[in-house]
Amino acid sequence: MAKIVRKLGDDISTDIIYPGRFMATVLPTETPQFAFADDADLNGRLKKKEIAPGSVLLGGKNFGCGSSREQAASCLVGHGLIIVARDFARIFLQNGINLGLQTVICPDIDANEGDELEITETAVTNTATGKTFKRLPLPKARQAIVDAGGLIPYARKKLLEEKGKK
Amino acid sequence: MGMTMVQKILARATGQARVNVGDVVEPAVRTAMSHENGALVINQFLEVFKDTGLEPKVWDPSKIVLIFDHRVPAESSKTATNHKKIREFAARQGIPNLHDIRGDEGGICHQILPENGYVHPGTVLVGTDSHTTSHGALGAFAFGIGATEMAAVWALGRVLNVEVPDTIKVNVTGEFPRHVLPKDLILHLIGRLTAEGANFRVIEFHGPTIKKMSTSGRLVICNMTVEAGATSGIVPPDEETVRYLREEAGLPGPFDIFGPDADAVYDQVIDIDVAMLTPQIACPHTVDNVKPIAAVAGTKVQQIVIGSCTNGRLDDLAVAAGILRGRKVARGTRMLVFPASARIYQQAMEKGYLLDFMQAGAVVMNPGCGPCLGVHQGALGDGEVALATTNRNFKGRMGNPNAEVYLCSPAVAAASAVTGVITDPTKGE
Repeated sequence: MAKIVRKLGDDISTDIIYPGRFMATVLPTETPQFAFADDADLNGRLKKKEIAPGSVLLGGKNFGCGSSREQAASCLVGHGLIIVARDFARIFLQNGINLGLQTVICPDIDANEGDELEITETAVTNTATGKTFKRLPLPKARQAIVDAGGLIPYARKKLLEEKGKK
Repeated sequence: MGMTMVQKILARATGQARVNVGDVVEPAVRTAMSHENGALVINQFLEVFKDTGLEPKVWDPSKIVLIFDHRVPAESSKTATNHKKIREFAARQGIPNLHDIRGDEGGICHQILPENGYVHPGTVLVGTDSHTTSHGALGAFAFGIGATEMAAVWALGRVLNVEVPDTIKVNVTGEFPRHVLPKDLILHLIGRLTAEGANFRVIEFHGPTIKKMSTSGRLVICNMTVEAGATSGIVPPDEETVRYLREEAGLPGPFDIFGPDADAVYDQVIDIDVAMLTPQIACPHTVDNVKPIAAVAGTKVQQIVIGSCTNGRLDDLAVAAGILRGRKVARGTRMLVFPASARIYQQAMEKGYLLDFMQAGAVVMNPGCGPCLGVHQGALGDGEVALATTNRNFKGRMGNPNAEVYLCSPAVAAASAVTGVITDPTKGE
């Protein structure tokens, strides 16, 4: 069971998730402190660890639109958040998958802050209403990276295969 | 069944006769660009090599381009240290193409790449910047990737797991009315498609208006395709492409020029007649909130910005200087101009545009991303409104979540600087 700690609207941009002025901070170990930095409430609760890992941020359409900054994904990974959204912008989704962010594509999701979700590989159930919604699979180019545990182990495996060949 | 531009490029980049939409491929990369976030790429690149027993070596130093533009000169010790790390890495790896903070060869990555001949038609170009879509203007399949994905490119020379995208064909016809520009065309298209209307797809531009458009204009429209969610924008290369590559990028050729197949299959086809367009404005706080200028004319503006990877090129500065020449920026409004590269800065100086700007009261800044992403230079005060030729107006974008950003063409920006309110340049001249 995963609790929705915040319901966000459509088109949540990377500027909202990780404002540009913190972009000089790059390391995944250092970015979580600036997650939603312009949202004092959400940022404060995250920093004070009032939001447990495994909690859900519920997005609308086009979550993560805008810049390619990977900090927008790594800062959420650092807090162990699950992002459930109707759909995601391409680069954000790819970055999330590369870094092991849990992204759930659920086009018809109907839920509110405080609701608990039961998330399986194919469906999301809102336990507050008892309604179940279809979860879409990741684009097929992405699943192999998830299966490998992220892009770094995936690329490492490819590198070793390639150098072995030579 | 024929192939689109991007299908044909991906077939070549993977050594196959054909690829189909939805295929998963690992295309070879011709150019790999990073800016300041190269500091993160370096970190992830070293991670890839960790515990492999292999010496971390980039696949081909000559194909990597590093360009400082987001924070130049450095606004903080942290940025300066990132710059230093990237310089040291480039030296260690023998990467020759580093565009540092210099008045002769520096500038915004999406101007430095085309003007220095790093963009090759018919090839794959990736950058750790979402506006890498720009380089479709010269017929490359160019798209933004994250830093970790770039680390894999540096290690292997190819992009791992690319799904061959579907393509939207946009046919553009008609003559632009005076002071209606390529920026108005792309804003109009984004408004029609919405911010996610082209998600996971490519936008291929066709039609007589595109044929007549300069590479500079094509860079504007391809640059902003990402604001409709597109993986990339692309213009099939033609005589203008070859002219640009030879005359401006200094490449000797020959060039591998090809277009899509005549019977290529498109996801959808959109027709636009620019003769019907008026100046377009993207209103706060999403880029697809596009309105004809009449809907917002008269809105008071505290800051005007001309520049960015979208509209900081010589023809943009020419349009703006032409409107401002002999006039004054309204009191209560400040105007910042950022030429997109050192070369453009110098050309604008020779042509007298910079003097026009300064005599009008504008501040001419050094080439770079400037206030576009709210990092340094030109932040907004609480409740202030900016009108900018940049590409994004998200809440907080220009450094302040309590401010508003409207996006427009250089002609609108210059006309509005004179009046201090959003002003239609096609009227009353």
